[in-house]
Amino acid sequence: MSADTASPELRNRFKQGLGAPICLTWEVTYGCNLACAHCLSSSGKRDPRELSTDECKRLIDELARMRVFYVNVGGGEPLVRRDFLDLVDYAVQRRVGVKFSTNGALITPQAAARIAATDYLDVQISIDGATPETNDPVRGVGSYAMARRGMDRLAEAGFGPFKISVVMTRHNIPELDALEAIAREYGAQLRITRLRPSGRGASVWDELHPTAAQQRELYDWLITRPEVLTGDSFFHLSALGEPLPGLNLCGAGRVVCLVDPIGDVYACPFVLHDEFLAGNVRGPGGFEHVWRESELFAELREPQSAGACASCGLYDKCQGGCMAAKFFTGMPLDGPDPECVLGHGERELVKVAAGDRPVVAVGHSKRLRV
Amino acid sequence: MSTSAVDVFDAARPYALHPQLALRPETFGALAYHYGNRRLTFLKSPQLAAIVESLGEHPSVDAALRAHGVTAAQRPAILRALSRLESSEVIGVR
Repeated sequence: MSADTASPELRNRFKQGLGAPICLTWEVTYGCNLACAHCLSSSGKRDPRELSTDECKRLIDELARMRVFYVNVGGGEPLVRRDFLDLVDYAVQRRVGVKFSTNGALITPQAAARIAATDYLDVQISIDGATPETNDPVRGVGSYAMARRGMDRLAEAGFGPFKISVVMTRHNIPELDALEAIAREYGAQLRITRLRPSGRGASVWDELHPTAAQQRELYDWLITRPEVLTGDSFFHLSALGEPLPGLNLCGAGRVVCLVDPIGDVYACPFVLHDEFLAGNVRGPGGFEHVWRESELFAELREPQSAGACASCGLYDKCQGGCMAAKFFTGMPLDGPDPECVLGHGERELVKVAAGDRPVVAVGHSKRLRV
Repeated sequence: MSTSAVDVFDAARPYALHPQLALRPETFGALAYHYGNRRLTFLKSPQLAAIVESLGEHPSVDAALRAHGVTAAQRPAILRALSRLESSEVIGVR
């Protein structure tokens, strides 16, 4: 999605919450044939409590009623669910568009043909490097070839401009131009997002997150490429100069939320932790009740304190950065982002004892064989 | 936007929401999502949102503005907004 630039006034309205999310992420399964080192949802095994097909359809009905324009589907690997493409049909028939992320393994020629025949469906295939040498250490042996095969099949089926989605790390920032070239080759759109210390990412973030010099390099690269999608994930970099395109705010619980495979609703896709659990879609009143009435979301929609960042002249630009990045590195939520471009986060980070970082549940971390 | 956009926007013509567009009212105005170009647009006042939503029911934009009690003072800003919405394919001549 691309969006208008929001004025500061409108941004303040967004922070007070909306009637329905602008961007709802729905992880439909924890099942995955891969076990990426940085997986936000620590996926691998399916959870026996997963929403049934009927429960998924009820949720889609509710989203359609609330006029949620589209959902971002992830997992796990969505295609692990045998009912997934039926659910996609069900959603798009109700004008709930679907954008889903996949590792490409299960995009058979048949699946590609079906995907290509569906309107209002966007697909993004993940790679985390322009070569297997960069990608496979993060996503698993053979995962680069698997993703490229999935891309080839979508292209052969005439799907149109799919997206290539990359989580930016210390190792693939030097490959930005090469990644762009791969996207160009397919007529695809490049989408790059920020590495978060969430889920299994907590254990690799220290070694994989970009250096300060690389953040500058990334900002300079992005500012000349408004066509590259970012999911609004690099707004902390806007403090380096002109704001990057996008809403430039932390949307957690305000314009964004996450529904996990068992129906739990979290403030954003990067905070699968009890502290940010707002409710469950199986509860009375369903998703709508959680979105409109949860105490957690009400708190997030209150004016937030800039805390230690209040005296910084750049706060208006970076908004204090990403809540999840602060939370999972054990930093105060009203302080600097660990990747603050002025280095304030880095200085705070060294003061955090290892034991102060929150414990991350990795209960699904066993990969499936497909 | 320059005033020339207002000059070229012909309010005598009949308009309507783009067929691939969904509108969701919000307290600040409305969100508009275009399923074709996947673009999200913000309608920054409830009055503008109400006008946009009703365009298809009126024989012209002028008629829609009259029905919504748009004053001469408000008119240029509303026409500028409508012209902007036309260029992002939220509305179009029907």
